[in-house]
Order: sequence, then C-alpha cells, then structure tokens
Amino acid sequence: MVTREVKVSNRAGIHARPAANIVKVANKFNSELYLEKGTMKINGKSIMGIITLGATYQSTLTMICEGPEEEEMADAIEALFQNRFEE
Amino acid sequence: MSEFTILDLLDLDLKEHNHLSLVCIAGRTGLSRKITTSKISRPGLPLSGFFEEFSNNSIQVFGRGEQAYLQKLEAEHNLASIEKLFKYDIPCCVFCDGADPSPRFTALAEETGTAILKTSLLSSDFSRRLYQTLDEVFAPTQTIHGVLVEVYGIGVLITGESGVGKSETALELIERGHRLISDDTVRLRNISDNFIIGMGENPLLAHHMEIRGLGILNLANLFGVGAIRDRKQVQLSVKLEPWDAKKNYDRVGEGSLHDHFLGIAIPMVLIPVKPGRNIPVIIETAARNERLKKLGYYSAKEFDQSVLKWLESESARNMYNINEETH
Repeated sequence: MVTREVKVSNRAGIHARPAANIVKVANKFNSELYLEKGTMKINGKSIMGIITLGATYQSTLTMICEGPEEEEMADAIEALFQNRFEE
Repeated sequence: MSEFTILDLLDLDLKEHNHLSLVCIAGRTGLSRKITTSKISRPGLPLSGFFEEFSNNSIQVFGRGEQAYLQKLEAEHNLASIEKLFKYDIPCCVFCDGADPSPRFTALAEETGTAILKTSLLSSDFSRRLYQTLDEVFAPTQTIHGVLVEVYGIGVLITGESGVGKSETALELIERGHRLISDDTVRLRNISDNFIIGMGENPLLAHHMEIRGLGILNLANLFGVGAIRDRKQVQLSVKLEPWDAKKNYDRVGEGSLHDHFLGIAIPMVLIPVKPGRNIPVIIETAARNERLKKLGYYSAKEFDQSVLKWLESESARNMYNINEETH
C-alpha cells in the first residue's frame, strides 16, 4: 500500500474534466485507488466519487494505492496533480 | 462530522415537521461557536444559582418557565446567575414560543458574543425536533461505494467492484419506475443504533449518474421528479459479483446472509453477474421477497413446509397400499 499526500494546484479545483483524467489514468493500472479528504474516502476509479469530494484549490487529499502496480499508479496520479491536470 | 457550528444548524435544510424555524436575533459573532453534543439543556437550575453538573456545552433552551423566571430575576435586579451563565462557554440560547429576550439579556449576550436564537415553536416541540436533528448530525457515518435505489418501497443498496454494472442496473431499475437516491457514493448514517439511513454525499450533486459511453446524466431531468428521492432507509444489501462457477450460491433462499454497516445487520443477497442474466428483475424480485418477509411470509420456508406436508401425506397413502397388499 502506498499512501501519499497530494495538493490540488489548479485554480478551478477538481471538476468533471480533472476527475475524468484521474479515472482514465487510474484505470491503466491493475491496482485500487482511494482518495481521502477529511472524513470522506472514495474510490478513485469513479468520476462521480471524485467530484463529490469537493476538492477545491489548495486543498490536500490523501491518495492510497493498493495492488500489484501501486508504486507506478501513485507516481502517475501524483504527476497529474503536479501538472495541474494540464489546466 | 468534524465540526458543527450554530451557523450550520441555521443552514440545515429541514422540511415540514422537522423544521426548527430558527432566526438569530442577537450575538451574531457567536454563530461560529461549535455544538459538540446532541444534549439539550433547560437552564432552570443554573438560573436559580445551582451550577453543579451544568451542561454548559449544550444548547440552552428557554421555554415559558425559564422566560418567566428571567423576568422575575430582572424585576428583582438579581442578575448574578444570568451573568454567570454567560461566563460559561455555552453554544447559544434559544427562546421558544416566539418570545423576545429582555434588552438587558440581549446586551449581556452581545457583550459575551453568545448567539441568541428565536423560534416560534413551543419548547416541548422544539426540544424534540432539535434533539432529533442533532442526533442525526452526530450519528456515526460511513461513505460507501455503491448505488442506493428504492425498489417497491424497499431501500436497496447495490455494491460491487467498479465495472460490474451497478449504475447500469440502477438505470434499468429507474426506467422500470423505481427511484434513485444516490449513485456511486452513498453516505450511510446510523440512527440511534436502530437503522441505517442512506443519502447522497452532496445534495447539489445528487441524482447524477455516470454511465460509460454517455457521460454524466441528470436523472431528475431525464426521468422526472418521480424517479428520485433524497434519503431512504437501507433495508436490503445487494452484492453484485462476476459469476464464479466454483462458488456455491444460495439455491434455496434461506436468507441467512447479512451485511454489516456501522454495526447494524442488513439482510444481504449475493447475485452473480454474467451476460444474459437480467439483474434488475432479480433485484425487483429480491425486494418483493423482502417485503413478503416483513409481512411474515418466507417463500423458501413455506415451500419447504409444503414439501414436508406432501411427503407426509404420501407416506400415509403408502401405508394404506402396504396394508392392502398384506390383507
């Protein structure tokens, strides 16, 4: 299991397009992805789940990857957050 | 629930018989104070000077009795206990029956930055509603990855790994006239260790659904207001899983399986999914069966009783045949 903190650095926060991006990348790996914000923990392979997190600009999320490709998955998702979802 | 302030209480969207009809009339700076308990305090004893065991972290509700006592204290210029009451870090004071506090009382509240709220409800009615509301606010919650639908009046929580077809199943159920409460993320609340209420995580985003190939859909607009519901008690848990030929599925229907959410057992059915199986029909039937069980009729048990009765009568007939042969 890999647990990392990621910060939302795009101004608009995680809306539909970034959420779809996360799911697209996450589905490439044979591992589970969970995102946590406060008391909420959701499945990172579900668009509606990620949107309901209500991740606003500058908020911090905890990313949990579990499975055979957890390291690669964590790196890929972290890169998405760092690139501000290309926004 | 991490933090719950007076402002959150005023913001709660409560309807009809749950409505608290609260307005803030003084001490707005105190609206950010936190409520940490679902207990309610009637401050009769503290006002008379007895502060032992004073629940100072609860909301202080002033009914007619307390209001009359306040008037008496003020008429006697005996303000010591009122001043002492405000020295405690109380969340807020609520005046019931639409009564207004005296200017002296309001001034003290403003000084200490304590919010004063007013409601038109009677104190007994208000206390009951407030207790119910706070009980729900402080109830243990859990967020679940699944879909909650109401099928024939039964709250059915559909879970299973992503891609197994939860949303598609729910869509078919809605098409058949059932209701969607929430897709994908369902917030469960344990209500006084009695039952589980499920609702969407966010009322603004509820009743939307993501269907692969179509994207995000607004079910309320597509299917009308009859296809949605805000909240529902979870009465049946349906687990979808890919068909596993080696696994033993329930073939008789003894209904011994249970799922546990927040410490409460919910009847569960495990449904294997494979192409050609009509899952929505199976779920509808499971919901109907669940209703029958609630009425005291257990299909599998009744069937077994009939079989036993039949076998018994057959063996009685056989006795005759045997007797005839011997004579």
